[in-house]
Amino acid sequence: MVPALVVEDLRVYFFLEQGVVRAVDGVTFSLAPGRTLGIVGESGSGKSVIGQSILRIVPPPGRIVGGKILLRVDDGDGSPQQIDVTKLHPNSRQARSIRGRQVAMIFQEPMNSFSPVHTVGSQIVEALMLHAQVRYDEARDRAVEMLRRVGIPQPEIRIDAYPHQLSGGMRQRAMIAMALVCNPKILIADEPTTALDVTIQAQILELLKSLQKEFGMAVLFISHNLGVIAEICHDVMVVYFGKVMETAPVETLFRNPIHPYTKALLKSVPGIDTPVRHHLATIEGTLPEPHANIAGCPFFGRCTVCTDGVVCSDEPYELAKVADDHFVACPQVCFIA
Amino acid sequence: MSEPEILLEVKNLKKHFPIYRGVFKRIVGYVKAVDGVSFTIRSGETVGLVGESGCGKTTVGRMVMGAYRPTSGEIWFKPPNGEPPVDLASVDSRRMKALRPHIQMVFQDPFASLNPRMTIREIIAEPLVVNKIARGKELERRVRESIEMVGLQTHHLSRYPHAFSGGQRQRISIARAMGLFPSLVVADEPTSALDVSVQAQIVNLALDIQSRFGLAYLFISHDLGLIRHFSSRVVVMYVGHVMEYAPAESLFKRPRHPYTEALLSNVPTTRPNLLGRKIILRGEPADPANPPPGCPFHTRCLYVQDICREVMPSLEEIEPEHKSACHFAGTLDLTGCDALGCVL
Repeated sequence: MVPALVVEDLRVYFFLEQGVVRAVDGVTFSLAPGRTLGIVGESGSGKSVIGQSILRIVPPPGRIVGGKILLRVDDGDGSPQQIDVTKLHPNSRQARSIRGRQVAMIFQEPMNSFSPVHTVGSQIVEALMLHAQVRYDEARDRAVEMLRRVGIPQPEIRIDAYPHQLSGGMRQRAMIAMALVCNPKILIADEPTTALDVTIQAQILELLKSLQKEFGMAVLFISHNLGVIAEICHDVMVVYFGKVMETAPVETLFRNPIHPYTKALLKSVPGIDTPVRHHLATIEGTLPEPHANIAGCPFFGRCTVCTDGVVCSDEPYELAKVADDHFVACPQVCFIA
Repeated sequence: MSEPEILLEVKNLKKHFPIYRGVFKRIVGYVKAVDGVSFTIRSGETVGLVGESGCGKTTVGRMVMGAYRPTSGEIWFKPPNGEPPVDLASVDSRRMKALRPHIQMVFQDPFASLNPRMTIREIIAEPLVVNKIARGKELERRVRESIEMVGLQTHHLSRYPHAFSGGQRQRISIARAMGLFPSLVVADEPTSALDVSVQAQIVNLALDIQSRFGLAYLFISHDLGLIRHFSSRVVVMYVGHVMEYAPAESLFKRPRHPYTEALLSNVPTTRPNLLGRKIILRGEPADPANPPPGCPFHTRCLYVQDICREVMPSLEEIEPEHKSACHFAGTLDLTGCDALGCVL
């Protein structure tokens, strides 16, 4: 299938007074329609910045300094074309027409992404009128229909509610409705269930899955929660310090992880086979200093596999293929294989 | 083997927050945040308190700490010096002050719970000074001992909180709580703000401290995996009530309350082959200001019967030590952790 989105060697750097922070440093992936790609990593791994750069909403002093983000755009007139989003000006007409219509995003805390002084309905209607060029009455009808589809009871009444009048779960549903109302090709979900309780989280994940089946959009799902990633994604990409450490189909990644970082991450979550009241496996040390420019493996120093590790710190970073769809960036593994 | 003595006994604890309306601040109703909670903590054990947001678990923790005065109920605490148990719910403030060093708290947000204008030395020393436990050289010695106990170094003492990461700050919070050698630590979501790899470090530290000093934890969390790893007994709360109260092993193996079963099935699992066994609850937790009649969970329960809508079930012992507040606890065959395959 033709991918809806291709990201090649993306580099997003933040130019701070203290130095350059390489938040995203050479990330490559592609996303097919109807598929869900999970990006998993700890805080500071750059996973959110990847999502932001696709929409060209990286906050300054961050800048895309290299790479391509190729978006497949179908305007309905003739053959679809590929647009390189990195070439667009963030405020240009074309960039604005991509947001909402081609690529939509949902965030962790819906309270921060809705305007508190406008009703939920008016914000959904605004998006529709802007992107789908429909009249107010039709837009409102479609908004009600969309709210019903995301499982908000009494949508014809709730459409006039302000965001603070809705509970956390309902707000997240309303936000999904707003994101999907223009039928985008790609949905970027940045920690959409982190602020929710488990029972509500289960509802929202179920909803996202069924909506994906219905609309066939591609989903980029960003989360730090391995369990959530396992439930909703088809493919998973593990990022650490702005670099991809391992990428594989979800079952392969959780059954047969290869990179020491992935293994350590999976072990540090208490699981059914961890003996209770025993020590959990930890990852010793901390992330490298943010301004560091590491040529080799950024996990070097915390890794338990490479202890003498001259190889790892000096060997240039490379994502090597270990099986179909399974790529690992570990010099050790590549040498053994 | 004789069981360790009871350290804390909570009996029918209630906290109702009044809702004020209008110019004269008339009381128009109550938020029944905690509505009849009972459990016990023995010396040196960990009791887990689990539930969704708004279920009252933090309020219970604060009442045990003495930060809130209960509306009714009793909190019997046994001081370590061999004195008879004291009811924290009715004790006067002078007596309470003397008891405070024995119960300490670790909070969720390590960015909000440390004063940014105080050095780490001042932060850890403060409870020792306020409670007149140590001064001068002895104070410095105790502070150094505390900071080393949590895996930081003494040269960190003169820095300010902003210089530390979330995990390190949580270590400092633990050092502050441990300086007084409490017999009970109330830990309210101590790792929710941390990454998993750091969370594991804090969990290990908490286990080490417990085995070294034999203190008890009231561990409040929404994370069932952590609760299972940590606790010997678990209290499951829902809208101010205890739904189930049981030894951890038996609770996770065979829950006796439909709410616990649903919670367990909703924990995201990292075993994709075991998906599709989820119990998706409809709706959202009831409003504690306006709870439904009967069992508070009946609006979402899969096994609801007519009696559930009218009569509030009491917490009954189903098997030894395993209590459940469900009319059908004895007859329902609920699915536990093994069958659900939840990687908790």
